[in-house]
Amino acid sequence: MTIWATPRGTFVIEARNLTKRYGETLAVNDLSFTVEPGRVTGFLGPNGAGKSTTMRLLLGLDHPHGGDATIDGKHYQDLTRPLEVVGALLEARAVHTGRSAYHHLLCLAQTQGIGKRRVGEVIDLVGLPSVAGKRAGGFSLGMGQRLGIAAALLGNPRVLILDEPVNGLDPMGIVWIRTLMKRLASEGRTVFVSSHLMNEMAVTADHLIVIGRGKLVADCSTEEFIERASDQAVLVRSPDAERLGEAIALEGGKVTPDGDGVLGVAGMEPARIGELASAGRFVLHELAPKRSSLEEAFMELTRDSVEYRAGGAA
Amino acid sequence: MTATTVPAPGHRPGFGRLLVAEWTKIRSVRSTVWSLIILVLLNVGFTTLFMSFTVALWDKTDASDRAQWIADPTSAILGSGMSLSQLAICVLGAMVITSEHSTGMIRASLLAVPRRTPMLAAKCVVFALVALVLGVVVSFVSFFIGSAILHAKVAVAIGDPGVARAVTGGGLYLAMLGLFALAIGAIVRHTVAAITGVIGFVLVLSPLAQLLPGSIGDHIHAYLPAEAGWLIAKTHQVKGDLLTPWQGYGVFAIWTALLLAVALVLLKRRDA
Repeated sequence: MTIWATPRGTFVIEARNLTKRYGETLAVNDLSFTVEPGRVTGFLGPNGAGKSTTMRLLLGLDHPHGGDATIDGKHYQDLTRPLEVVGALLEARAVHTGRSAYHHLLCLAQTQGIGKRRVGEVIDLVGLPSVAGKRAGGFSLGMGQRLGIAAALLGNPRVLILDEPVNGLDPMGIVWIRTLMKRLASEGRTVFVSSHLMNEMAVTADHLIVIGRGKLVADCSTEEFIERASDQAVLVRSPDAERLGEAIALEGGKVTPDGDGVLGVAGMEPARIGELASAGRFVLHELAPKRSSLEEAFMELTRDSVEYRAGGAA
Repeated sequence: MTATTVPAPGHRPGFGRLLVAEWTKIRSVRSTVWSLIILVLLNVGFTTLFMSFTVALWDKTDASDRAQWIADPTSAILGSGMSLSQLAICVLGAMVITSEHSTGMIRASLLAVPRRTPMLAAKCVVFALVALVLGVVVSFVSFFIGSAILHAKVAVAIGDPGVARAVTGGGLYLAMLGLFALAIGAIVRHTVAAITGVIGFVLVLSPLAQLLPGSIGDHIHAYLPAEAGWLIAKTHQVKGDLLTPWQGYGVFAIWTALLLAVALVLLKRRDA
C-alpha cells in the first residue's frame, strides 16, 4: 500500500478509523483508506460488508461513532458548493417518486445556481431525454440508475462516489457506465465506485479497496489483486499426480497437492502442463483452468467476513 | 464535459437559491397541487353550505347559538369553511417533509445542501408563504361569500372593527398550522404517523381538554396550539377567552417554534 502526502486541493477521499455501529452490529470497523484522483478505485465487498454505510459516512449523511471522513481535506458539510465537488449516486433511491426527472434535477441544480442548460446536458448525457418529463416513480431500475448518475454529474464534480452503479443496468448500460467512469478518471477526477461483483471491478477499477464485515481486507492495485488471486489457477487430475507434480515443479510451476490425484497448479499455463504431461507420458484425467478464479479469490479473501451465507452449503 | 473546469472556490450559495429550489420542489409534485385545490374547494364549499343552512334554519336555532353568530359573525363564517379544509394544509405540511423521507429524496436534498438548518429553513419559508398566500385568499373569498349569504340575518362588513384582521388571520392561522404540521412531520418522518399526530393535536385534544374539570381544563384548552391559534381569526376577545387574538397566535407560534427546534436538532443528529 502506497501512502503519500495528500496536499490540499487534490480531491482525495480519506477515511480515518471510521467506525459505525447499528445497535449491536459493527457495520464499519476502524476503516482507513485513501482514494486518489485520476483512476477508478473499486470498493469491493460482499453484501452487508459496509460499503454503502461507508459511502454515506463519506457524504455526511450518516454520522460515524468514531473516526473521520474527508473529501479534499474537508468534511462534506463544510463544502461550500458540494455538488460541484462531489457527485454521488446512492444505492437506495434518492428521488421523489411524484416528481419528474427534469424537475428532480432542476431543484438540485437550483440549490447551487447551476443553470437549466446543464440540467438538459446531463439528461442528454445519460440518455433520458425522452422520459425527462415523466414521473420518476414510474422509472425502471435502470432508468432510475441513469437519473441518479445524471444527478451525480450535475455540478461537473471532481470527485465521484458511486454506490453499485451497474445495478439494474442492461448490458449496454453497463458498458456505458464503465466507459464513463474510465473517462472521468482519465480526466483527472477521483472515481470511487462500489460493487459486490469482483469480475465487474476487475474490468473497471485500477485500484481496489476490499472490505468484509466493515474491516479493510485489501488495498492494492487491481493487477496486484488479480496476480495474488491467480494462485492455484489450474486444476490437474492424474493417476500419476505425484510424479507429474514433480515435473511441473521442476519447470517452475507452484504445485499444491490436494490429495486423491488432484493438484492445484499456479504460475503455469494449462497448455504447458499438458505438454509436460505428454512429454512424461503421464495420464491426464482432468486439466482445467479454475473458472472465475477472481471471484473465488475474492470469496476466499472475504470468507470470514461474509455476513449472510446460504445455509446447508457447509 | 470538460476535464479542466475546477469548481470556483467561491461562495456558499445564498439562501435565495435554496428558496427557489424549494419552490421548484413544492410546485412540481402533483399531490401539492391537489391538496391545495381540495383546500379551496372544501373551504369555499363548506362556507357556502353552512351559511345557507344557518340562514335557512335561523328561526329554528337556539337563541344562545344565534347570539354567538351575532357576537362574531366573521369568526363563524371563517370557522365553517376552515374546520374541515384545515386538514388539507395539515396533510400537505406533513408531506412536504415526510415524502422526502419516504422516497429517499431527503438524501439528495442533503447532498445538495448538507447544512441542515438552511435546508429546513428554506422548506419552512417557502411552504409557509404558499400556505399564507393561499390561506389569505381563500379566507377573503369565503368571507365575502359567507357574509353575502348571512346578510339576510346578520350584517357584517370587511370594514367593521377587527374584521379585516380576523379574515387575514384565517390565512395566518393556516400558514402556522402548516408549519406546525411540517414540524411534526420532520420529527416523526412517517407520513401517516405525522398526519395522525397533527390531527390528534388539532381535532382530538381540544374536546378532550374541555372535558377536564374547572379552570385547569380551561387553561389547558386555551393554550392548545390550534385552539390558541384560531383566536387570530376572531374579531375581538370575547368573554371566556383567556387570550387576545394576537396572544393566542403568539402561543401557537411558540408551539410551532419549539417543535421546529426539536425537528432541527433531530435532523442534525439522525442519519438520513
